[in-house]
Amino acid sequence: MSEVANTIFSPELAARFDHLVTIYPMRRSALVPMLLYAQDEVGYVSDAVVTEIAQRIGLLELDVRNVLSYYSMLRTKPAGKYNVQVCTNISCMLRGGYEILDHCKAKLGIGHKEVTKDGVFSLEEVECIGACCWAPAMQVNYDFHDNLTTIKVDEIIETYRAGQGKDVK
Amino acid sequence: MPTLVSHPDEVKVISRRFGQGAANIDKYIELDGYKAVQQAIAEGPEWIINTMKASGLRGRGGAGFPTGLKWSFVPKQSEKPKYVLVNGDESEPGTCKDHVIFREDPHAVIEGTMIAGLAIGSKLGFIYLRGEYRYLLKIVEKAVADAYARGFLGKNIFGTGVDFDIITQSGAGAYEVGEESALMESLEGKRGVPRIKPPFPAVVGLYGGPTVINNAETIANAPHILLMGGEAYAKLGTERNGGTRLFGISGHVERPGVYELPMGYSLRKAIYEVAGGIKDGKKLKAVVPGGASCPVLTADEIDVGLDFDQMAKAGTMLGSGGIVVLDDTVSIVEFALRTIAFYQHESCGWCIPCREGTDWIKKTLTRVYQGGGNKKDVDNVQYLAENMMGRTFCPLGDAAAMPTLGFVKKFRKEFEDYIEGHKAGTPIITVQQLVGAGH
Ligand SMILES: Cc1cc2nc3c(=O)[nH]c(=O)nc-3n(C[C@H](O)[C@H](O)[C@H](O)COP(=O)(O)O)c2cc1C
Ligand code: SF4
Ligand code: FES
Repeated sequence: MSEVANTIFSPELAARFDHLVTIYPMRRSALVPMLLYAQDEVGYVSDAVVTEIAQRIGLLELDVRNVLSYYSMLRTKPAGKYNVQVCTNISCMLRGGYEILDHCKAKLGIGHKEVTKDGVFSLEEVECIGACCWAPAMQVNYDFHDNLTTIKVDEIIETYRAGQGKDVK
Repeated sequence: MPTLVSHPDEVKVISRRFGQGAANIDKYIELDGYKAVQQAIAEGPEWIINTMKASGLRGRGGAGFPTGLKWSFVPKQSEKPKYVLVNGDESEPGTCKDHVIFREDPHAVIEGTMIAGLAIGSKLGFIYLRGEYRYLLKIVEKAVADAYARGFLGKNIFGTGVDFDIITQSGAGAYEVGEESALMESLEGKRGVPRIKPPFPAVVGLYGGPTVINNAETIANAPHILLMGGEAYAKLGTERNGGTRLFGISGHVERPGVYELPMGYSLRKAIYEVAGGIKDGKKLKAVVPGGASCPVLTADEIDVGLDFDQMAKAGTMLGSGGIVVLDDTVSIVEFALRTIAFYQHESCGWCIPCREGTDWIKKTLTRVYQGGGNKKDVDNVQYLAENMMGRTFCPLGDAAAMPTLGFVKKFRKEFEDYIEGHKAGTPIITVQQLVGAGH
């Protein structure tokens, strides 16, 4: 049974949240993962998400917004269904990370933090994603793709466009 | 997805189970898994800490603090509960070794957490993974659930009357959260900004209780060390630098990858033999030896052993073990700019030298890079970086300043030639103008 009237989350996520706030020595510890999981389901951290998470944990909305604004993976606007994140940090840069980013820009017709008109893809240039030895690398949602070439990127994007890409959440 | 590599010079301790499906608990047990923790329960905290001290293991998260000593700092008596916190934030550019551990041997992290908990008298451990590692978090969560199902975690573990729990935790993207006190803030559901020290985490840490915080590789080493004995582990490395470590070799090498090498192994051999030499037969220009924050080494400075002390003597750091190799086509100006841009982006903004310093260095290098530089800019950048050193709340300020200083000192001529070659007639911008008069 949910402690808070669930308005926006799936029953599974609501149940997960009910559990999450109970496992820590302090309820508030659930905040960062909750924001992330809510974003995964809703697509972004909407005002409604902020309100409900604040209630579930017993925080002011201001507290939640304050934390929300700190973390780079949390967003307050929708991204594409598939968020393409290309690393251009040092190891990737040395192995063509910028070419991969430029290729994605051209291929998707969008720039950094933009979303395609059909809402299927968004693009971001990101800092090191911890795949340096398999550079250049990118993440699509939570899937890692590495040892990239522009040809490989084309294939990956087509796979997602066709709705066949893995979509780990 | 990590492609596993290997080389005959490797000494496999922590990577012993890689590539064998050890994420599966049965496989892990078959490969000596969960033996060390049972021995630890039988022998007790003093034995664990003494073994860890004898191993000469130094933290793999960057600073290289002796692990056994760290564990021994936690007060035996405490009114507040004690905690173990595993740092799996892994955000230092050039570093991807913990990625492989979480994927290939998650139970080693779990078992190591339990051992650290036994050593300090804690009943609760946290494994914190950066938000981007969601697929790895799933692997670790599954491993934790499997350990619970076997009775290895929870109440009365292995029927010994000892209780121990583990909570897995996810971050949401912030390099600064890798800093230990910022990590604790984040885990408490706050902005990941550092705390003022002292008090140190060993005394006042998570939720105000004494806390041991270790890098994931450090923790995953513990079971191996207990099984093989502290002295045997120590012997694999050099004096004061026990054992082996995972090195990620990336950039312009033929065979990039994560390799386990004994401490003290030659950097030259790591590049030319283990990683197959410079890609496409090009020439080596420079090496960033331990993740982005470590001062660069030039091509003639690579005859140095990969341990904390030898690297310090060479004027750089072993850091997080991420060796980034640059061939002679790389523009140091561009590389330095990309490096500082990272630190500027990740500064939490709390202290002025870090917030403003990274920003000014980035702006100056951007202008230089774009062709509008002046020779004075090299001095400006050096001055700014020197004034950040040691003047910030947390080591991120130093982490930004140190590589910057390395680039401008060792490659000053390249910066000057670059500026000369890109003369665009911009007026001199003095340091005073840069940082603002009267500050
Ligand atoms: C800005 C900054 C980022 C850091 N990032 C990490 C990290 O991602 N992983 C890590 O283990 N240590 C990181 N550290 C080091 C930790 O603060 C801490 O020293 C380490 O986790 C201690 O573990 P160890 O003794 O096992 O090395 C970082 C430090 C700083 C200053
Ligand atoms: S040094 Fe930088 S990251 Fe660290 S506290 Fe100061 S502003 Fe924040
Ligand atoms: S530099 Fe791109 S993944 Fe690390």
